[in-house]
Amino acid sequence: MNFDLTEEHKMIRDMCRSFSQEIIFPRAEEIERTGEYPYDIISQMAELGMMGIPISEQYGGSGGDWLGMHLCIEEISRGDPTFGALLDVTTSVVAQALAVFGTEDQKRKWLIPIAKGEEIGAFGLTEPDAGSDAASIRTRAILDGNEWVVNGTKQFVTNIGLDNASIIIIAAVTKKPVKGRGRISTFVVPKDSPGFVLGKRYEKIGWHGSATHEVIFDNCRIPEDNLLGDSAKGFAQHLSVLQTGRISIAAMAVGAAQACLDESLRYAGERVQFGKPILSFQAIQFKLADMSVAIELARNQYLKAAWLKDQGRKHSFEATVAKLFASEMLEKVASDAVQIHGGYGYMAEYPVSRYYRGAKVLQIVEGTSEVMRIILARELAQGTP
Amino acid sequence: MNVIVCLKQVPDTETQIKIAPDGKSIVTDDIKWVMNPYDEYGVEEALRLKEKFGGEVTVVSLGPKRVTESIRTALAMGADKGILISDDALEGSDSLATAKALAAAIKDLDYDLIFTGQRGVDDDMGVVGASLAEFLDVPQFSVIVKVEVAEDGKSVKAHRPVEGQVLVVESSLPALITTQKGLNEPRYATLPGIMKAKKKPFEEKTLADLGLDPAKVGEGGRKVKILELTPPPKRGEGKIIEGETPQEKAAELAKLLHEEAKVF
Repeated sequence: MNFDLTEEHKMIRDMCRSFSQEIIFPRAEEIERTGEYPYDIISQMAELGMMGIPISEQYGGSGGDWLGMHLCIEEISRGDPTFGALLDVTTSVVAQALAVFGTEDQKRKWLIPIAKGEEIGAFGLTEPDAGSDAASIRTRAILDGNEWVVNGTKQFVTNIGLDNASIIIIAAVTKKPVKGRGRISTFVVPKDSPGFVLGKRYEKIGWHGSATHEVIFDNCRIPEDNLLGDSAKGFAQHLSVLQTGRISIAAMAVGAAQACLDESLRYAGERVQFGKPILSFQAIQFKLADMSVAIELARNQYLKAAWLKDQGRKHSFEATVAKLFASEMLEKVASDAVQIHGGYGYMAEYPVSRYYRGAKVLQIVEGTSEVMRIILARELAQGTP
Repeated sequence: MNVIVCLKQVPDTETQIKIAPDGKSIVTDDIKWVMNPYDEYGVEEALRLKEKFGGEVTVVSLGPKRVTESIRTALAMGADKGILISDDALEGSDSLATAKALAAAIKDLDYDLIFTGQRGVDDDMGVVGASLAEFLDVPQFSVIVKVEVAEDGKSVKAHRPVEGQVLVVESSLPALITTQKGLNEPRYATLPGIMKAKKKPFEEKTLADLGLDPAKVGEGGRKVKILELTPPPKRGEGKIIEGETPQEKAAELAKLLHEEAKVF
C-alpha cells in the first residue's frame, strides 16, 4: 500500500491550490453577489489545461489521470465550488462520455475543443417529472430520415448558460415502451441546433456563478450521427460516467469543507471573547477537531475511488460512499463553520456563508443521498464490498 | 539566448518554523518545501526571453534529492533542462561554498544570462548571486525589477529602484542578474507542462563530477558560522485608543506616541 501522491499529482495539487487561492477565492464573493459568469477565470483555467487532465493528448487533453483531475477539483472548489461543478460536468461527465463512447468523428468535433476548455459541455438528465426516477424521462427522439427530432425539456442544466457552452448530452426515449419501460438513448445536441431553446436561468439559494438553466427541445433536429454510444445498450452504458461524477462531487465537498475549516481556524484565532481568542475554548476546539476528522475521511475516500478508477477496477461502491459521505459531512462542517463565526458567519460577505449556502446542493445533484443509499444497499445485497 | 536560472528550495513562507534542539538549525520534519519566490521571478523572466529570442532555459540547483520537485516545477513552467548538485558532503554549506559549487556546474555551459533570486527567503543572506558572478567573472546587477535585452541579443539594460528613483545600468552579455519582487508575475505551470516535466533532461552531479574538494564545502568548510537562532520576539498586545470624538482620540494618540512610544 502506498499513500504517496506522484510528483505530477503534487504539482497538479500545488498549482491548482495556488490558482484557487490567488485567482478564484478573492473573486468568489463578488461572483456570488453579482451572479456574473466569470469568463476570465474560466478561460485561464482552460489555458492551464484543467478541463482536459484525464483526456489523452490526441484529443486535446494532458494525458493525466482521474486522481489528478480530482485533486484539481478539490483545490478549485476550495476557492469556489461552482468552478468545481463546471469541471465535474464538462470533464468528468461530458468529456469522459465522448472519450469512452464517441466515434472518431464525434471526438474530433466535440471532445477536442471541450478537453482544451475552448468549449464547455453540459449534461441533461433531469426533467420536470423525472429526477431520481431516471427511467421516467419523457424527452423523445424520433428518427426522421437521417435526422433525430427531439422534443422535451431538461431541468437544472449546469454550464449550459455559458456563452462558450457548445453541446448538451441528453438522455431521451427512442423506442416505445415495452413492458412499461422505453429504451433510453444518449444524444449530443449542439446548442446551435434548430429547435434548441435556452430556457430560464434559475434563481438558486447559492452557487450564483454557476450557469444553471432550463433547456427546451422544440422539434429540435440533430443529425442521425449524434447518437452517442451503442443504441442497443441504451442509457445503461453511461452509468460508468455518472460514477465518476460522484467522485467529483465528493472532491468538491472536500474542497469546500477544507475552506470552511481554514476560515474557521483563522477566525477563531483572531476573534477575542472573554479576553481570549475563541480558539482557546474547548467548545470551539472540538468543532474544529471534528471538522478535520470528517474532511480527512472524505478526502481519503474520494482518492481511493479515483485511484480504483485509474486502475480500471470496479469502484461503484467506493464512489457512492465518497459522494454520500462527503456531501453530508460538508453540510455539517459548513454549518459548524458558520456557528464558529457567530453573527458574522450569517453575513453574505463572509466566505463561510457562501460555502454554507452551496453545501446542500451536493446532496441532491448527481444522485440524491437517498438514491446513493439505495445503490449502496443494492451493492451490499450483492455482496460487493 | 540561453538562460540559466539558479533555484533554491526553501520552506513555504506559510510554514510554522521551529528551532531545532541544537539552537542553530530549524526542524525540517513536516516542512512544505517550495521554490524560493525570488527564483520564480528568474524562471519567469528566463521563459519570456526564450519566447522572444529562442534558446534554452536551464535550471541549476543545489541541495538534497527533494529539491528535484522544485526543479520539476520549473520544468513544468517551461524550462528545458534541470541540473541538481547533490552530495552528502554539501550538507550545511554556507553561501560561498554554494556559489563555488554552482559556478563549477555552470562554467562550462553555454549561457548569455544567469538569474538568481536577490536572496533566499529562508536565511536572507543574499550573497550567492554576487559570489557566483565573481567566480564566473561576469558582470552582475543586483535587485533588478526590469530587464531589457537588446534586439540583437548582445547587451542588457537592467533597472534597479534606488530611493524612489530608478537606476538603469547596461552591460554586455553574459551577465548575472539578481531578481527583485516586481520584475514580473510568474506564470502557473500548465497541465501539459506538468505531465511533460518528467520527460525533460535532468542531471544529478556530485562534488566528484564537479572536481570539488569535499573538505572545502559543507559544515566543515563554512566561513560563516551560525552561533544561534532565536525566534522573533512576541508581539505585544495592541492598544485601542479611547475617546468620544476624533479630536479626543487624536490627542490621546499624540500623547501616547510621545510618552509611551517616544517616537517624538
